[in-house]
Amino acid sequence: MDWFLQQLINGFALGSIYALIALGYTMVYGVLRFINFAHSDVLMLGAFGAYFLAPVVGRFLPHESYIGATVVIVLTCAICACIGMLIELLAYRPLRRRPKLTVLITAIGVSLLIENVCQHEKVFGAETKPFPHLFPERDFQIGGLSVNTGDMVVLGVTALLLGGLWYIVQRTKTGTAMRAVAFNDSAAALMGINVNRIISFTFGLGSALAAVAGVFYAMRSRGIEPLMGIQPGLRAFIAAVVGGIGNLPGAALGGLVLALLETFAGGIPGLSNYRDGIAFAVLILILLFKPAGLLGKSQVEKV
Amino acid sequence: MRQNIVRKWRFIVLPTLMSGLILGFTGCNKSGDSGGSGGGASGGAVIKFGEFASLTGKEANFGTASHEGTLMAVEEINAAGGLLGKKVELLTEDDLSKAGEPATIVTKLISRDGVVAILGEVASSRSLEAAPICQENHIPMISPSSTNPKVTETGDYIFRVCFIDPFQGTVMANFATKTLKAKNVAIFTDVKSDYSKGLAKFFKEGFTAAGGKIAAELDYNGGDKDFKAELTAIKSANPDAIFVPGYYTDVALICIQAKQLGITVPLFGGDGWEGEELVKIGQDAVEGDYFSTHYAPEVATERSKNFVAAYQKRWKNTDGTPKVANAMAALGYDSAMILAQAIKTAGTTDGPKVRAALASTKDFDGVTGKITINEKRDATKSAVIIQVKNGKFNYLETVNP
Repeated sequence: MDWFLQQLINGFALGSIYALIALGYTMVYGVLRFINFAHSDVLMLGAFGAYFLAPVVGRFLPHESYIGATVVIVLTCAICACIGMLIELLAYRPLRRRPKLTVLITAIGVSLLIENVCQHEKVFGAETKPFPHLFPERDFQIGGLSVNTGDMVVLGVTALLLGGLWYIVQRTKTGTAMRAVAFNDSAAALMGINVNRIISFTFGLGSALAAVAGVFYAMRSRGIEPLMGIQPGLRAFIAAVVGGIGNLPGAALGGLVLALLETFAGGIPGLSNYRDGIAFAVLILILLFKPAGLLGKSQVEKV
Repeated sequence: MRQNIVRKWRFIVLPTLMSGLILGFTGCNKSGDSGGSGGGASGGAVIKFGEFASLTGKEANFGTASHEGTLMAVEEINAAGGLLGKKVELLTEDDLSKAGEPATIVTKLISRDGVVAILGEVASSRSLEAAPICQENHIPMISPSSTNPKVTETGDYIFRVCFIDPFQGTVMANFATKTLKAKNVAIFTDVKSDYSKGLAKFFKEGFTAAGGKIAAELDYNGGDKDFKAELTAIKSANPDAIFVPGYYTDVALICIQAKQLGITVPLFGGDGWEGEELVKIGQDAVEGDYFSTHYAPEVATERSKNFVAAYQKRWKNTDGTPKVANAMAALGYDSAMILAQAIKTAGTTDGPKVRAALASTKDFDGVTGKITINEKRDATKSAVIIQVKNGKFNYLETVNP
């Protein structure tokens, strides 16, 4: 039983990180109908942002404190939001009216560019770096169960961010504009919505979430390197598809489902080697029966 | 009109560029070929040693240490007047710690640069990639520290100056039963690495033969960042100790996450642990854990003391403090020295003759101890066991074959 609960905790903590990343994929897909492959690298930049900011913030605020951690994470989010918007402005906006495939390939190019530039020894270097403790982390042993304060924070903050995102998208004017652009961008433009600004905002928001996910991912594993974003990025992309791409609650649900599958499959002795195989086989089954994803609606294309 | 000019220009510029490129390529090939035959026979002005190493990437620490040792050896050879009256040149290429790179690099070193022998790599998976190429070209290859038995089984041109995993696995199995007094051990293997899989297998054989029981066997993929699912399963199997035959980066993260999950039993592993990053990343989580390796600066012969002193003088850390020579550096040094001796004995850089000289190496006085190359082209040597204590690698004991 302990074993089961422990894996549940592991799965939920990992799942909330996947969910945060998946939201970025799904939001960009919603407004622009393409997959921003550079998203996983924004996640990595978030982790490195916190890595470099933590000692600086530590000079003004008490070391390893919740207030310090909040400042670090907020600053990292701001930086990554700017990077996300910059990527959109420089790489995707000039191609806005080109075929979607062109933009997709550009996204892969941007991703490879960021990864390889960051691997240069004058930038970050390719070797793994130890990620600092941002706040006092303690391990509680409840029975045979080990609960880390870090995991609790991850779960809590993710829930808060999901709520906040729902509020922004459903209750604010900008959110309404986002939904309008996602529905039909030319009609939205005719209604006086500044489509470019809304798309920029979407990228910024998604990248900020990726930054938080990056910091959390680094907190859990404690080692960061320029290629660290690829694995969680790929998983989160798949989570977004399984949840129903373009659907926000779907992305969060997909992230949780994928992480739980992966965690339980990884915990079976003798089969842990096939954890991804098992997880993805189940996902293929889900897509076979629900091609639009768990919460996605299948759309009829007008010809 | 303007468009017309542009179009005309295109007609002139493109073909010129293309032909230039083609000429350039064929030119390169030609000079490469002549270099090849020049280096292979004794016609060239220098003797070229080729080295492929993981200077950046996941195992950068290993590759760098090994390269620094190798380079020191070459510098010493040259200071003593070179080989066969010629200077030795070390051509080093970085394989980024990535699969697929060694094949490209080693092919280039042999066919374009015309090296007389190949030195490398630390990781068995990457040595295994280069070995068939060296074998095919009849270029001797010496791996400084790849311990998987398959490496030298590739062919009679492939050598190594370190012990092999069947021995290391047995050493750690004995250590687990005798020193750790463990009866139940969990094994956590990197399925992406030939080294890890081999060592896990030999440990398991040795440990079960000594009456021990394997509590659980789990796998990870090298480069993973999240090991909690597997470690939770290991924890619920209640082992007395956990054997992790992996490389230092992954191992450090595994130790941290094991501690977070409340695992208190010792973790132990093989020579893949010996990187400074193990302590830098793992910090207090790796404290008290054990691993086996090739050599420790503490058990010094006269020769290894000299090497450690020279190494500290030659290489500095980024913060300016002198670098401590680890096993990878010492083995890198030995690999180049053994090659130099073989070329001297053979009196030529001709591949088959150097190969024969290497195969007959006996009681070579290396930094890592006396090296004798056996009929399987492996070195018969003793192992040492190290414990991490106060952030330092502490020598515990020596185990002879």
